[in-house]
Amino acid sequence: MTKLVIILLSAVFVNNYVLSRFLGICPFLGVSKKLDSATGMSIAVIFVMLMSTAVTYPIQKYLLEPNDLGYLQTIVFILVIAALVQLVEIVLKKYAPSLHKSLGVYLPLITTNCAVLGVTILNIDEGYTFIEAMVNALGSGLGFFLAMVMFSGVRSAIEGNDVPENFRGLPITLIAAAITSLSFLGFGGVVENLFS
Amino acid sequence: MEEILTAVIPVVIISIICGTVLVIASKLMAVKEDERFPKVRECLPGANCGACGFAGCDGYAKALCENPDTPSNLCTPGAYAVSKKLSEILGTKFTDVAEKVAVVHCGGDCSKTQDKAIYSGIQSCKAAKLTYGGKGSCTYGCLGLGDCMNVCPQNAIYIKDGIAKINMYECIGCGICTRACPNGLISLIPKSENVIVTCSSKDKGASVRKICSNGCIGCKKCERVCPQGAIKVTDNLASINYEKCRSCPDFGICAESCTTSCIARGFAPNPTRAARP
Repeated sequence: MTKLVIILLSAVFVNNYVLSRFLGICPFLGVSKKLDSATGMSIAVIFVMLMSTAVTYPIQKYLLEPNDLGYLQTIVFILVIAALVQLVEIVLKKYAPSLHKSLGVYLPLITTNCAVLGVTILNIDEGYTFIEAMVNALGSGLGFFLAMVMFSGVRSAIEGNDVPENFRGLPITLIAAAITSLSFLGFGGVVENLFS
Repeated sequence: MEEILTAVIPVVIISIICGTVLVIASKLMAVKEDERFPKVRECLPGANCGACGFAGCDGYAKALCENPDTPSNLCTPGAYAVSKKLSEILGTKFTDVAEKVAVVHCGGDCSKTQDKAIYSGIQSCKAAKLTYGGKGSCTYGCLGLGDCMNVCPQNAIYIKDGIAKINMYECIGCGICTRACPNGLISLIPKSENVIVTCSSKDKGASVRKICSNGCIGCKKCERVCPQGAIKVTDNLASINYEKCRSCPDFGICAESCTTSCIARGFAPNPTRAARP
């Protein structure tokens, strides 16, 4: 149990996918302008990370590894995740139109997102069990959510300020992202020592 | 050769399975879309201005397709032409659009009123409003920093002599600026009307007179001269009821009689818009 908590907390804070591993930077910079779209995107990411871990873990364990096809991991995972997200979108459109309305725009955007692929591959590399892999996926999703919500706050604060002309737009956003990411360095080593 | 096949075959098999599942799913769970929707959507101008009261052109097109009671004349930017096309596609009765235009209810430019302070903060009306109601001596008036100008999709608003002015020929009546003004100075009026009250001050006559030579002092002269009873002075400020004003036989008498000339004759109808048959 302690191990699961450690995995969850370290995925959220220490190894935050966006701010420490620098995966999923594209939506982090692209969709973080407004809080509501940042929230929508993050919830879609949590959802897709959980779903794709649940699907790719058995594929790796029962299809690729017994047949010595480990080197096909990346391409098979991309294929399966893309198809899965499309399927989820179709199902949502039919049975949960309101959920589709709020998540629908973001789902196709993250079909081949590197954060999602990163979670599934790192789950295998770390040698997690299925439960641990799911917890790690949840933690990574929550970490993404945290980073997005925090950063959308930072960006709205920038918006109201008189930024020097040369820094307006993307440059100041990148600087802000770098500082936000630096602040997450402070979590390094915290979680492991919490339970010792 | 064998190594290549052992790699290719599983991937191909997985792709075929994924593809089949997707095809079956999309057939089984297809959601019917109204075939009129793309046509309706194409008719609309696509400015996503929100003048119709729906969330953009997509929202309005959807409402038109789903609910037959939605009026087809809500698109003011599209005006007559769009309304006509929409009623043809949907088979509903054609009703003409009440074309609207935005007007600024403030005429206190540099020559009529003075600043009470120098403002050097964030250059936006909303921010200026927070610091003692702006730099002008009138706290009801135009702040002149152009929040409305920045949101106007047609670039029809400009700042001249410290107050916002609207180019009536460019204005499409979308009403975005009415929501952008922190003082609520901009309102939409029917395009055919052309007397407007160019003041929003609710202060008493004497104090208005002291700070702005254009301000409405609430003397009620317009109320008395208006043959239609369309003008009403409430809270020291005249307002015009355009329903009654429309059939005025003595048009413009209120503007002529106004002691501070805060009721102004507006503009001529736009010659560049499509003429009505």
